[in-house]
Amino acid sequence: MSETSTVPRSPDVDPRPPGRHQVWQRLRADRAALAALVAVALLVLIAAAAPLICALEGQNATTFHNSLIDSATGGVPIGPFGGASGAHWLGVEPGTGRDVLARLVTGAQVSLAVSLGATAVQITLGVVIGLAAGLGSRAVDTVLSRAMDLVIAFPSLVFAVALMAVVPGGFPRPLLLMLVIGVLGWGQTARIVRGQVFGLRGLDYVAAARLTGARRARVARREILPALAGPVITYGVLQLPANVTQEAGLSFLGVGVRPPTPSWGQMLASATDWFQADPSYVLLPATLLFVTVLAFTVLGESVRTALDPRAKSRLRAGLDRRRGKRNPEEAEA
Amino acid sequence: MIRFLLRRTVSTLLVLLAMSAVIYVVFFAAPHDPAVLVCGKGCDGARLAVVRHKLGTDLPVWEQYWQFLHGLVAGRSFDSGTDVTRCAAPCLGYSFQTDQPVLQMVTQRIPVDFSLTVGAMVLWLLLGVGTGLLSALRRGRFAERALTALTLAGMSTPVFLIGLMLVMLFCASLQWMPFPSYTAFTDDPAQWAANLVLPWFSLALIISAAYARMTRSSLLETLAEDHIRTNRAYGLSERRIVFGHALRGALVPVVTMLAIDVGQILGGAMLTESVFGFDGLGRLLVNSVNQIDLPVVVGVTLFAGFFIVIANAAADVLYALADPRVSVA
Repeated sequence: MSETSTVPRSPDVDPRPPGRHQVWQRLRADRAALAALVAVALLVLIAAAAPLICALEGQNATTFHNSLIDSATGGVPIGPFGGASGAHWLGVEPGTGRDVLARLVTGAQVSLAVSLGATAVQITLGVVIGLAAGLGSRAVDTVLSRAMDLVIAFPSLVFAVALMAVVPGGFPRPLLLMLVIGVLGWGQTARIVRGQVFGLRGLDYVAAARLTGARRARVARREILPALAGPVITYGVLQLPANVTQEAGLSFLGVGVRPPTPSWGQMLASATDWFQADPSYVLLPATLLFVTVLAFTVLGESVRTALDPRAKSRLRAGLDRRRGKRNPEEAEA
Repeated sequence: MIRFLLRRTVSTLLVLLAMSAVIYVVFFAAPHDPAVLVCGKGCDGARLAVVRHKLGTDLPVWEQYWQFLHGLVAGRSFDSGTDVTRCAAPCLGYSFQTDQPVLQMVTQRIPVDFSLTVGAMVLWLLLGVGTGLLSALRRGRFAERALTALTLAGMSTPVFLIGLMLVMLFCASLQWMPFPSYTAFTDDPAQWAANLVLPWFSLALIISAAYARMTRSSLLETLAEDHIRTNRAYGLSERRIVFGHALRGALVPVVTMLAIDVGQILGGAMLTESVFGFDGLGRLLVNSVNQIDLPVVVGVTLFAGFFIVIANAAADVLYALADPRVSVA
């Protein structure tokens, strides 16, 4: 018999997020959310079908085509629109003649896999550490809270650049990117989870579960964790676009995925030399990156509104952030 | 207040200590040997050992770190085998690659990031607070929805992307201005500003989006408070209510946000610098990371961390000053 169904909840504070059915209904009523959802679905489809798309076009992301670029001008693709043709639908890369479409769709795989993986790492670390801080002893809480402060205060891009450069070349780069972005970015999630746990801990149904003699791990798993789903999902979806941007940024700086593996950030970095000669080579990855981040951002906002009926009054996320930083100190004093 | 400042200083030092220690451990665990890079091609074992000794990488990591800390506080001497160089108190060591003092390399680059920050800050405050104000006052109308959409788009654009687009549009296609390259303010103020316009705008367009959101929601929340209702009951004009009473309170979170953002950009705007080819702290970091130039990496990271931590403390102080309900103690 499940404890949650027998223990009455406190009537005025219901920590449960709206039911799944409700959330879906709210999202469906939100036109921007639907558009974003369609865009995200398309991107996932493109990434998943990348090998298929390449096969359909009959190209791959790594073969050089020296005959398609003009060596006299330093490698500008021959023909208009970056050398687009029946064989190379979106043209070829200046300098190398590699197929742009194949590189774009393979880059979509990298972008999505890295950002999703990094978000998963951030959420897992954040939830585990936040739970431990919120339910552990005061000493544990103090140590973990300081660790959160430290991770949040660390200039994460600076550290990501440093970490990416020192790991041996043999380590798979996308996996490394995932881990680095994840390990540097769990602080905020942990802080949110810890705050939520502090709020939940005092509620009647959690106290009741404790009174029945449930152990701490069980209380955490059965009573606290389900109630955390809302805020954690919300923050996770809002983290996704930030992670897409970070992957692109690191690859743009030349410390992300290594050639020959394509990535949008890397394509943009190499495009800087071809502004005038081949604008389409700049615009294609730029548009894809922008649409991806925008779609995830809109989706994140919509999920937040859908999951939280009070979202409108809580738009001061930044202020909440600062308050969240303050509260633990008051609690300790 | 004094207690707060003291505690803040101690925690600042601890964060910086932790950051530098992490960097040392990370780079020590790295498989690359900086001595091999410095020694170059055709380097034999004996010469490599000499280079290692000169760089100090033959010592265990904790001893290297201790020497670094000692140099920072009390200066240190470098023994290159033939002569001894004395490096005075805030000593960050010498670059493995160029043998320049790190402190000098870092301080040389600070004006670039300072120039970037100052101009961009003015722009993003004007753009951000203005947009936020407008969309809060035009609530529910078309203008608000348009501005909200623009804000979302701004928040979704990576800064290097907008930088690339601006360069492409204004320098490559329209050819209204030459490709930017940094000129020192002291050399030629007009050139300085002309070269910085595009970087300023690319930073400001992105960052202002967050300010617009913050201003809007904060102002709406303040306008719903009791003292504003009282003002309305007194019959004050909407303009006096907003600009005379609500705005001050509403801008408190904006000020704290500002402090944090300024701290971050001062410590190096890697992406913006890379797009425009400016040699600031960010590019210095990327380059020295790629060359395993440990002293430079540690130096830049410390400066970046320093700016950020100081900015965080400043944000808290400003928050307390602007909002009498909050006490820093």
